[in-house]
Amino acid sequence: MAYSDKVLDHYENPRNVGSLDKDDPNVGTGMVGAPACGDVMKLQIKLGENGIIEDAKFKTYGCGSAIASSSLVTEMLKGKTLDEAESIKNSAIAEELALPPVKIHCSVLAEDAIKAAIEDLKSKK
Amino acid sequence: MKLPIYMDYSATTPVDKRVAEKMIPFITEDFGNPASRSHAYGWTAEHAVEEARRNVASLVNADPKEIVWTSGATESNNLAIKGIAEFYSKDKGKHIITCATEHKAVIDAFRELERLGYEATYLEPEANGLIDLEKLKAAIRPDTVLVSVMLVNNEIGVIQDITSIGNICRAQNVYFHVDAAQATGKVEINLAELPVDAMSFSAHKTYGPKGIGALYVRRKPRIRLQAQMHGGGHERGMRSGTLATHQIVGMGEAFRIAKEEMHDENQRIKILHERLLKGLTEIEEVYVNGDLEHRVPHNLNISFNYVEGESLIMAIKDIAVSSGSACTSASLEPSYVLRALGRSDELAHSSIRFSIGRYTTEQDIDHAINVLKQKIGKLRELSPLWEMFKDGVDLSKVEWAAH
Repeated sequence: MAYSDKVLDHYENPRNVGSLDKDDPNVGTGMVGAPACGDVMKLQIKLGENGIIEDAKFKTYGCGSAIASSSLVTEMLKGKTLDEAESIKNSAIAEELALPPVKIHCSVLAEDAIKAAIEDLKSKK
Repeated sequence: MKLPIYMDYSATTPVDKRVAEKMIPFITEDFGNPASRSHAYGWTAEHAVEEARRNVASLVNADPKEIVWTSGATESNNLAIKGIAEFYSKDKGKHIITCATEHKAVIDAFRELERLGYEATYLEPEANGLIDLEKLKAAIRPDTVLVSVMLVNNEIGVIQDITSIGNICRAQNVYFHVDAAQATGKVEINLAELPVDAMSFSAHKTYGPKGIGALYVRRKPRIRLQAQMHGGGHERGMRSGTLATHQIVGMGEAFRIAKEEMHDENQRIKILHERLLKGLTEIEEVYVNGDLEHRVPHNLNISFNYVEGESLIMAIKDIAVSSGSACTSASLEPSYVLRALGRSDELAHSSIRFSIGRYTTEQDIDHAINVLKQKIGKLRELSPLWEMFKDGVDLSKVEWAAH
């Protein structure tokens, strides 16, 4: 299957790979997916004093599109408020990466990861 | 070194140049229909077809009269399974047995027979991919008409004990078909002694052209089968259709070369296999799929834990391999063969099939090992599962949200 240039770019040079301290009260961690289904995404966000997301990190087990979706999401999240972050839709991710129909679920998973990270952060407050 | 390096010989092989050269005159000049009995064009073609038949028969020590040309192993499997089941079910019954790790051409022929009222048993292999003979014995019933088991598995390369399986079938008067598409030129096949009633062959897995295959049908004792293709009564009524002379000539030449060279070639490939195995198993958390002893050296199916197969194939684009898992397209199902071995979904999702052959070099192997080591490291850096594993988390105890 041919991947779009944007997927290849994120796959070859993934942005913001890594982990934040999950016990930090200002860090929210979202882990979605299952190994049995072939993809697991871990997304972490760190909220600054001003209520703006100052950092985002990810690790993903999955196909190239899943890795690219989570890499893109970390870029989108930085500088956003939680409300803005919550409004990111999977369609925007799929469109930006030109995902084919069989890979739409990767963008859905990325959206789920954002929601899970925000929920985790809110539960700490 | 030619990139990408071809390591997918189990999918198909290049046509050996000596084979291609031998085929060409039969497309342009000696184009006659081998069934034409009234002129030299036909006689020349017929002569070439019969020479090829002798070469195919010779590789597997059969009588040339026992070889029926088909379009490939898929057709051979269909003809043998449906043909034997249909011909003998009136006397024997409608129960058929195969193994869960067979090729789709066997599994789906069985499914079709089930649709027509047959009852099928799909034996689960042991964790090493081999059939437990006691389980086979227990599965045979008075109404069992046919057992079909492959000689060499296409995904994991294990060699089934078809001598013992055949003897069990003989003792119970059950017909025995073997899919040997992945076996020719790799393992010795002696049909004069093997207790096998029908065996499928393919040309393009053994350096011949695509679109041609053969079915061995035993003559002593004579095995009958119901034709699946009706027409001019070619191939003694078992498979009608004008013979594709150039393809047949190609298969004959490919099998002749295989017989002549397989001994030396397999020695060389065994050394390459050991080199690849040693290099890849230096990586942490890798699992070889299929028995390490009862196997052909041409195949190495290996799971790289905590790395997803499709992203790995994307990462190693310099190496043409296939994912043991079929999740490269719309289907997210991991390989049914690896699942049948009892491999976890994660390991089945993380598998790569390397298959090497006539033109694989030591440099190819070394390059592949280096690329794999580097890319596995990179992908594991990205993998949350690897991170959890390194932190000592038991992944089987985690409650995942399946989706």
